[in-house]
Amino acid sequence: MPWIDACATDEIEQEDLVRFDHDGRTFAIYHSPDGDFFCTDGLCTHEQVHLADGLVMDYEIECPKHNATFDYRTGEAKRAPACVNLATYPTKVDGGRVLVEV
Amino acid sequence: MTQRDYSMTGPDSAWAVQTGLAAADWYHTDLPRKTMKDLMKRTNGPAIRDTAILFASMIVLAGFGIVLWPTLWSVPFWLGYGVLYGSAMDSRWHECGHGTAFKTRSYNDWLYQIASFCMMRNPHTWRWSHARHHTDTVIVGRDPEVVLMRPPALARVIANFFGLVDAWTAIGRMLTNATGRLTPDEADFVPRPEQPKVIRVARIWVAIYATVIAMAFALNSILPLMLIGLPRLYGAWHHVMTGVLQHGGLAENVTDHRLNSRTVLMNPISRFIYWNMNYHVEHHMFPMVPYHRLPQLHEAIKHDLPAPNRSIPEAFAEMWPALVRQLRDEDHFIKRTLPDTAKPYRADLHATVPVGVPAE
Repeated sequence: MPWIDACATDEIEQEDLVRFDHDGRTFAIYHSPDGDFFCTDGLCTHEQVHLADGLVMDYEIECPKHNATFDYRTGEAKRAPACVNLATYPTKVDGGRVLVEV
Repeated sequence: MTQRDYSMTGPDSAWAVQTGLAAADWYHTDLPRKTMKDLMKRTNGPAIRDTAILFASMIVLAGFGIVLWPTLWSVPFWLGYGVLYGSAMDSRWHECGHGTAFKTRSYNDWLYQIASFCMMRNPHTWRWSHARHHTDTVIVGRDPEVVLMRPPALARVIANFFGLVDAWTAIGRMLTNATGRLTPDEADFVPRPEQPKVIRVARIWVAIYATVIAMAFALNSILPLMLIGLPRLYGAWHHVMTGVLQHGGLAENVTDHRLNSRTVLMNPISRFIYWNMNYHVEHHMFPMVPYHRLPQLHEAIKHDLPAPNRSIPEAFAEMWPALVRQLRDEDHFIKRTLPDTAKPYRADLHATVPVGVPAE
C-alpha cells in the first residue's frame, strides 16, 4: 500500500484534527498533545457524521453530533452512542508532511 | 389536512427514511474552527459550582421540610426541593447525557445516573432516545421525544405540569423493563447489545422504590416519598414549562433548527434550573458546546437566527395560539422571521416535506 501525502504537519494544531479526502473516501488526521500524528476513518461509526467538526481532548475525538467518543490511536469506541470501533491507518512524518497508508 | 403517526414503527417513520428526511444533513451557521474549538472546550469548574449549589440547596430545603413536617410551614421548602428534584434534574440529565457539563467523564456519568433516577428516565434507554432526538429533531415517526404532537394533547401537557402522565408512563416502562422486556419503540432505537443494561437499571430502581414505599408503611408516613419519588410530580412544573417551549408550535419535518426550535431569554433562576437550555436553537445546532458557553454561542450566531423570545410569558404568548389552532388545523405552525443578516431558509432542504400553513 503506497504512502499518501495528506497534509503539512503545521496545518494541524496540536490536540486538533483535519479532514482528508482521498479516492472517494474521507479520513481524519490528528495531531496529538505530544506531537504525534494519527489517522482514522473520517466518519463516526454511529451515524456517519464527519469527525472533523468534533473536539479532540487528549487522545480522544468526540463526534460533533451525539458526543460519541473514540480513542483515535486505536479507534476504540469509548462512549455511547458509538458501539463500533473506528478504523485506523498508519501514519508517518517525512519532510514536514504527514503521510498516511490508506 | 395531514394525519400524523408519531410512533417509531408507523408509516411516517418509513416515509421519513424513504425520502431521506431521516439522518439528513442539517443547516448550520458558519463559525470559524478556532471559535468553535474555544466554545466546545470542556472545564469542570462551572458544573462543580452549580452541582454544589444544587445539592446543598436540596439538603437544606429537605432538612427544613423534614423538621417542619407535617405542618403547613414545611410546604414552601418542599416546593423548592421539588423543583430542584423534579425540574433541575431534567437539565442535569440532559447536559450530562451529552457529556458536556464536566470535563471529567466520571463526573458527567455520576450526575447523569442520579438525575436519571430523579426524573424516572432509564439512563440507557434515554441516552439512545436523545441521540435520535438530535439526529431527527421533530421528524414525525423518527423523533421519540416529541412533546407536543399534532393535534397537541393539551390536557396531557397540563397534567404533566404535575408529572402525572410522564411519571405514570415511566413507572409502567420501569416495571416492563424490570420483567426483562422493552417496549416496541424502545427496541427500535436501543441497540440490542445495550438492552440488558436497560433491564438491569430498571430492576435496581424497582428495588429502591420498593424500599422507600416499605419505609413509608413502616413509619406510617409519606415523608420518605416526599423525599424520593413524589418530587417528580410536585416539582415537575418548571421543566415542563420550559420544555414545551423548546419546539412547541414550530415546524415539523424540516432540517433547519431555526425552523423547529426556540430560544427564549429567561431570568437567572430559571436559567440555573434549566442549565441554559433556553438557548435551544444554539444547543441543537452545536450540541457539543457546554451549557455555560451557550450565551457566548448565542452572541456569536444570533445574526443568523430568528430573534429570541424575550421572556417565558412572551414565548407562551407566541406558542399557545398556535397550539390551539393546531387542534383544528394540524398543518399550522409558526414560521419565524429571520433577520436581514441571516442566511435564508433553504427551500431545497425541505423539498420533500409537506409545507403546512406557516404563520409568520
